[in-house]
Amino acid sequence: MSLEKNIWKWLEKVPDPEIPVLSILDLGVVRSVKVNDEEILIEITSTYSGCPATDVFIADIKSELEKHNLTNVKVQMKYSPAWTTDWITDKGRVKLKEFGIAPPVNEPDKSILFAKSFVVPCPKCDSDETHLVSQFGSTACKALYQCDSCQEPYDYFKCLR
Amino acid sequence: MKNELINYCLRLGDSSLILGQRLAEWCSKGPMLEEDIALTNISLDFFGQSRMLYSYIAELKGGDETEDTVAFRRNEREFYNILLAERPNGHFGDTIVRSFFVDAFNFHHYSKLKESKDSVIAAFAEKSLKEVVYHLRHSSEWVIRLGDGTEESKLKVQTSLNELWSYTGDMFDMNDGDHLLTSEGIAIDLEEIKPLWNATIESVLKRGKLDLPESKYMQKGSRNAMHSEYLGHLLCEMQYIQRAYPNSQW
Ligand SMILES: [Zn+2]
Repeated sequence: MSLEKNIWKWLEKVPDPEIPVLSILDLGVVRSVKVNDEEILIEITSTYSGCPATDVFIADIKSELEKHNLTNVKVQMKYSPAWTTDWITDKGRVKLKEFGIAPPVNEPDKSILFAKSFVVPCPKCDSDETHLVSQFGSTACKALYQCDSCQEPYDYFKCLR
Repeated sequence: MKNELINYCLRLGDSSLILGQRLAEWCSKGPMLEEDIALTNISLDFFGQSRMLYSYIAELKGGDETEDTVAFRRNEREFYNILLAERPNGHFGDTIVRSFFVDAFNFHHYSKLKESKDSVIAAFAEKSLKEVVYHLRHSSEWVIRLGDGTEESKLKVQTSLNELWSYTGDMFDMNDGDHLLTSEGIAIDLEEIKPLWNATIESVLKRGKLDLPESKYMQKGSRNAMHSEYLGHLLCEMQYIQRAYPNSQW
């Protein structure tokens, strides 16, 4: 197996610091891995621009690859194209739901103020009878919802696109 | 043109940083838990946005400049943030109105700026716009809720609107460098943004049963780094650690 493929495999072990059930690959923040003679160049993109997890991603990627004796690793930020929740993998979405976080749903065009609200099914009981508690949650990427069927309060991973 | 570009990035980056710092002052003092979290979440977005530009400025300047030296080693007359950003938080209604004016401006501004010929500025605008949509929805909904709420909330938010109105003209101010960058396709002619901004303000105020403040004298000066008395105090607090212990790291 080529070194590049191995690196992708190893990166699967690097968790998102705030939602540790997800790897950084599930989240879709790793944009490219390039291996050349002098160094290994990894491009990542941040989820929300002020997300404090970004610095942790960089440190964790380096320390994971160090376990495989790769020390000449350079992690670079890539801002364009901007990260979107569409890049969260299908596997990542399943893991989110199992963890109790509702994965992003297809939200209507947000450039229109006060667009009609949309349904975010409860990750515990799958009910569609839920309501938004707060657009802003424990981290920049989440909103707070509550289920009207089972009463469970839960995080919703906001759609960003 | 490099100096004009740096100055333009300072305008954008400083406005984000200073408003972010103001919103961060709400941390643990929000009127309710959800709002405490919302205001500080938005503050974080602003810090992230300013970092993107400060890194670019450091790269353009070269030498020992870093995003941190750009943020923490300049004095007030070297800051180019819009005047609204440095206005004190006041009560919750004041903070919401200040954000509403700025969010509506950022929304229309970045919608156009994402086509900038400068790839870093375009990426900054594209990324920021996604966050600004949430900011604008948050502040607009509160303006409507307070306006169409109780007699007291309506009176308070209408007063906030009237008082902050004279600082809105400053957002649209451009210097010679901005005009040069606009002709190069890098910056946006803010005169084009004005009618769009006006339309958003009018439609939200109408929904909130609030009156559009009467246009009269507009404050300005921030495009040439002239500020109100509030900025110095804000910088004292924000820059304290880096001034007292230069280059200290977490
Ligand atoms: Zn439920």
